[in-house]
Amino acid sequence: MPILEIEGLNVCYRPERGVRISAVRDLDISLERGEFVGIVGESGSGKSTLGFAITRMLRPPAVIESGAVKFKGTNILELTGSELRNQRRGGLALVLQSGMNALNPVRSISKQLGDVLKAHSQKGEHWGRSEVRARGGELLSMVELDSEVLDRYPHELSGGMRQRVAIALALSLEPELVVFDEPTTALDVIVQASVMETIKSLQRSRGFTAILISHDMSVVLDATDRTLVMYAGRVVEDQPSKTVASAGIHHPYTEALMKCYADPRADKVELQDIGGTPPDLSIEVAGCSFAPRCSFASKVCFLETPSLVRSELIQVACHVRLPVSPMAKEVKVVRN
Amino acid sequence: MISFRNKRRDIIKGVTVEIVVAEDDARPLNEESKSSYNRPKLPGPFVFILRAVSTLWRNKKSRVGLVILGFFIFVSVMAPILAPHSATATNFKPYQNPNATNWLGTTGNGQDVLSQMIYGTRVSLLVGLGAGLLATLIALSIGLVSGYRPGIVDEVLSFTTNLALVLPGLPLMIVIATYLRSNSMWMILFVIGFTGWATGARVIRSQTATLRSRDFVSAASFSGERLLRVVFKEILPNMVSLAAASFFGAATAAVIAASSLEFLGIGNPNTVSWGSILYWAENDNAFLTGQWVLVFAPGIAIVLLSLSFILINFGIDTLSNPRLREK
Amino acid sequence: MRYFVRKVGMFFVTIWAAVTLNFVVPRLMPGSPVQATLMRLAASGQVVTNATKRAIEIQLGLPHTSLLIQYGDYLLNIFRFRFGMTYSITDESVSRAIMAAAPWTLVLVGTTTVLAFLVGTMLGVYAGWKRQSRVDSIVTVGSTVFSAFPPFFLGLLLLYFMGFKYHWLPLTGGYTPGLTPSLSLSFLGNAFIHSILPAITLIITSLAGWVLGMRNNMINTLGEDYVLFGEANGLRDKTIAFLYVARNALLPNVTSFGLALGSVIGGSVLVESIFGYPGVGSLLLTAVNNRDYPLMQTIFLMITVSMLVTIFVADLLYGLLDPRVRQ
Repeated sequence: MPILEIEGLNVCYRPERGVRISAVRDLDISLERGEFVGIVGESGSGKSTLGFAITRMLRPPAVIESGAVKFKGTNILELTGSELRNQRRGGLALVLQSGMNALNPVRSISKQLGDVLKAHSQKGEHWGRSEVRARGGELLSMVELDSEVLDRYPHELSGGMRQRVAIALALSLEPELVVFDEPTTALDVIVQASVMETIKSLQRSRGFTAILISHDMSVVLDATDRTLVMYAGRVVEDQPSKTVASAGIHHPYTEALMKCYADPRADKVELQDIGGTPPDLSIEVAGCSFAPRCSFASKVCFLETPSLVRSELIQVACHVRLPVSPMAKEVKVVRN
Repeated sequence: MISFRNKRRDIIKGVTVEIVVAEDDARPLNEESKSSYNRPKLPGPFVFILRAVSTLWRNKKSRVGLVILGFFIFVSVMAPILAPHSATATNFKPYQNPNATNWLGTTGNGQDVLSQMIYGTRVSLLVGLGAGLLATLIALSIGLVSGYRPGIVDEVLSFTTNLALVLPGLPLMIVIATYLRSNSMWMILFVIGFTGWATGARVIRSQTATLRSRDFVSAASFSGERLLRVVFKEILPNMVSLAAASFFGAATAAVIAASSLEFLGIGNPNTVSWGSILYWAENDNAFLTGQWVLVFAPGIAIVLLSLSFILINFGIDTLSNPRLREK
Repeated sequence: MRYFVRKVGMFFVTIWAAVTLNFVVPRLMPGSPVQATLMRLAASGQVVTNATKRAIEIQLGLPHTSLLIQYGDYLLNIFRFRFGMTYSITDESVSRAIMAAAPWTLVLVGTTTVLAFLVGTMLGVYAGWKRQSRVDSIVTVGSTVFSAFPPFFLGLLLLYFMGFKYHWLPLTGGYTPGLTPSLSLSFLGNAFIHSILPAITLIITSLAGWVLGMRNNMINTLGEDYVLFGEANGLRDKTIAFLYVARNALLPNVTSFGLALGSVIGGSVLVESIFGYPGVGSLLLTAVNNRDYPLMQTIFLMITVSMLVTIFVADLLYGLLDPRVRQ
């Protein structure tokens, strides 16, 4: 059984004054145990909203309108109060984007760890000072930090260290699924690389299912097994990460995204931006949300929303670019 | 309706796709410009104030505040017409409860309380708004200069501001008023104004310091504009709502301070104000005669006036942040 | 460490500034306070010794000696607690008069401030945590209204209702006249009953500020990422509310504690006047009414110094609470 099944999820924002804004539309995803999945998209694509929805961390004015999120068979959208809190242990964990501000500035690291451990202590577990420190040492070494960090305050640590501490705190609950929401966005490139390495090796060694949310395609392609591309609240592409760079077939958005990156060592560096503006999520439009900006759009793209079409391991939601074997030389579109 | 503006031909991986164009109804680009072309324009500052007041009006809380303030202004302007008697004439029977001739009763000196309240509005309003204005002007001067020029000027001014903040307000006003030996209402106004600027100065200074480091200010000063021009043209317009909020805060404090000083008998007890009514009430032992109106009426008036400023302040936030406005 | 050193330094510098200000102000004022004081002392039939005359001159200004020498003597006198004589009370030195009144005010203001801070903070935490609930609305509206109340108005209302109408509590004085002050239980009990009305007035007036401030801080802190992260990690509600939100929201309140103290002291002057409470505030007013400059001057200095000490303690406390400043 897949460890996570999302069925028909619809999330929107309903501010007190103002229009309803769609964030996630008709989303269906299925994750197997131990997978490392990446979700890529630009700001406003709904990827962070999705991550928060999965971990039940949405705050008003965000509203889950419909759908189910089944974790190990249980629909966690229906859990409340203490059931939900208990779910955090051995269940779903969330690591926030700003590891910088994710730590309480007036409490030391060991105290914050103690808070988490004590909140979930089972019968027979006693979390005194020495037990907390022992476990703290273990967790910190997992994220490659020295145990002297335990006595520090968050402001005494660098951004990268704080992010590692946040990861350690999340892992202290031995979760089976961890959502990393833009874990390295606020860090500089070098620290980013080392933190990503840590995340990768942790995922491999501890075996938890992981979801990495990022706007940075290169990070996602490098770290994950499977890549989902989101646009305007929908998943438009779903491929194994290894084949993304080399594959022949993509959603036009993904292709445009990849053209935004270039190898700085190449002889000729060409960057292309994506023309047009991001879609207005307060209006419901028929058809594909990307069509106004798409260079390949045809008439049907403006009339009907494409659904994901699968071919072997590749899924693309597009009327024009359909997934076929990468070996095909020619594609013919037959219109009725 | 789907509409396109032009034809496109595209080649996709060996597939030729022709996108057929459907022409839509053409719309003139500049139809709005026709109607407003000949409208006369109001002078700039009027439009600004009008817009500000209408925004404040839209916010429920500040609307109440504006109504209350408007009421008090009306009363003070129309005082001679509204007041049934003279405020100082002592020809009524003293210690009277509210009756037909004296709607609010009489003081221990035989004066009509209602007339005193009405004329007292002038003094209380004048001192409150005047002292608030004075304090805000001082706060602006010190805050702007201190925030804009880091260094020795800032250090000295900040230290002075902190010192002024720390000195206890009412005792300081009492001491200065006593030394000055003058009794007039203007003295009270100046004393309150000159002691109440510190809070506003601190806020304005920090805002100025933030704005100073913003790009558009750096751009202006790099392009060679002189200090004063930069301050007035670039920084001040962004601080209008802060200055207004500061003014209303200072006015609130001024009303309370003025009435406290008047109640204590500092300043001229013979100038009729809400605080002086309370002073005489206590002096003439009005409480022992059970005249609760003498306590209630001026007290409630003071509370209402202060409240009106506080409520208006709620609306000032929406002036600078349009997202907070009620639609 | 640097933080504490800096605060100690600031403390001494501000004390020096306040003391110097106290020296400068009477010398700037119009007229000659020295002559007026000496004449009045003589007129009240008191013996004016040379030492007294000297002390008054040093405090208020002597036109013929150099300022520097006066300043030196002034500072010396402060250390020796020699502030001259007061003619408001027969044969009493200023320092002794203040010493007699000080305990009353200290106890009253001390306990009410602490109580108002504690209760106000807790109410603010509750109101901020349960935002938009009925309790929150009541608390917020109530606090806003009470913050518009001048301190004396509430006192007068209480005086009228509790003292006049219902005769539950004594109206004036620190203790029933005729009793000799002592530390006996019966006297303390008597004093306590007399202090209830003034205390309630002070507490309610200052409560409003704390509640509103803390509530605002709570709401701001609730939006922080570490609160979200704590929730994501499944921390208990109580843990989050107290150790993560309130603990951080408290910090700005501690900073503003010292400043709020100034208004509490102003309020206590008014309250002591209304209830005839024999504290430093009443003494100040007596001095003002008699134009007793030495007494007035010294009281002001004492008040300022006490405030500075309290602010200093609050700053030290802040250093303990917020690890970020303790580099």
